[in-house]
Amino acid sequence: MEIKQFIADFAAQFDDTDPEEFKAETKFREIEEWSSLIALSVIAMTDEEYSVVLKGEDIRNAQTVQDLYLIVNSRIQIDKLNG
Amino acid sequence: MTTLYNPFSLIGKTILITGATSGIGRATAIECSKMGARVIITGRKEKSLDDTFKHLKGHSHLKYIADLNQDEEVVELCMNLPEINGLVHSAGIVKTLPFKFINRTDLNTIFNLNFMVPVLLSQKLIKAKKLKKESSIVFLSSIEGPIIAHIGNSMYSASKGAISSIIKSMALELATKRIRVNSILPGMIETPLIESEAITKEQLEEEMQKYPLKRYGKPEEIAHAVIYLLSDASSWITGTNLVIDGGFTLT
Repeated sequence: MEIKQFIADFAAQFDDTDPEEFKAETKFREIEEWSSLIALSVIAMTDEEYSVVLKGEDIRNAQTVQDLYLIVNSRIQIDKLNG
Repeated sequence: MTTLYNPFSLIGKTILITGATSGIGRATAIECSKMGARVIITGRKEKSLDDTFKHLKGHSHLKYIADLNQDEEVVELCMNLPEINGLVHSAGIVKTLPFKFINRTDLNTIFNLNFMVPVLLSQKLIKAKKLKKESSIVFLSSIEGPIIAHIGNSMYSASKGAISSIIKSMALELATKRIRVNSILPGMIETPLIESEAITKEQLEEEMQKYPLKRYGKPEEIAHAVIYLLSDASSWITGTNLVIDGGFTLT
């Protein structure tokens, strides 16, 4: 999985924030538009696009977009190992 | 010894309770047995159903392991059941998804379990004449949908809205048989159902503070309202949606 694609998928959950603003190191909670609805949307997006079900706690413990990317990526790897 | 006057008693009544493996269903089964009812419990998970069964007070209770989402299992259950005086639908599920992610598969699953299953079980029992005259049917709806909304809960809300509507038509039609049909609209109750993985413990805690009574409800507090609706104490109540929410919808 490319981090670039993940960032684009993450950015797509926002309506008012310019997608260009999103970088790997972006602290997503500091974005003005961030909300609990967007958190739920991110969980639904990773399930739909990557078949990875994030927990509310995963989002709470992450600071940057990259933190979430790493969690999602690690679970994809585990799924691959488990065949 | 004189018998204590108690219009809420369920002595002499046979009550069928679905979803008795956990939460409100389990508490309802146990509390109904304490009020003197003969209880028939159903659920999908054998071990959890046995656990509920062990906690029932008194004798002659029955249990059926059944997946009520399978038509043939419903037909078999209906055939094997004795006549009943009360029916409590407490099986149900939640799925948290923002509206823009809802889809046919999840809508089907939620509507099947929260709406089709209880409605069609009622219909089959009525048709098979298993519900005696003056029986009471109690659905578990929710304040979520009929009264209020939370983000991510549109599918669940809609299924509960459907329940709170159909009870009115059912109440009207079944009145000819003197069968009463009501639903209970609980606020947040401490059951496994509210522990969604998408929601953090902090969010649950924060939500609790919005309740005037500063806590979530206990399953027994819903079970006691179910007992009221099953008992002769509520014999003039039908087609009603009874809110039990610790004051949440006041604010």
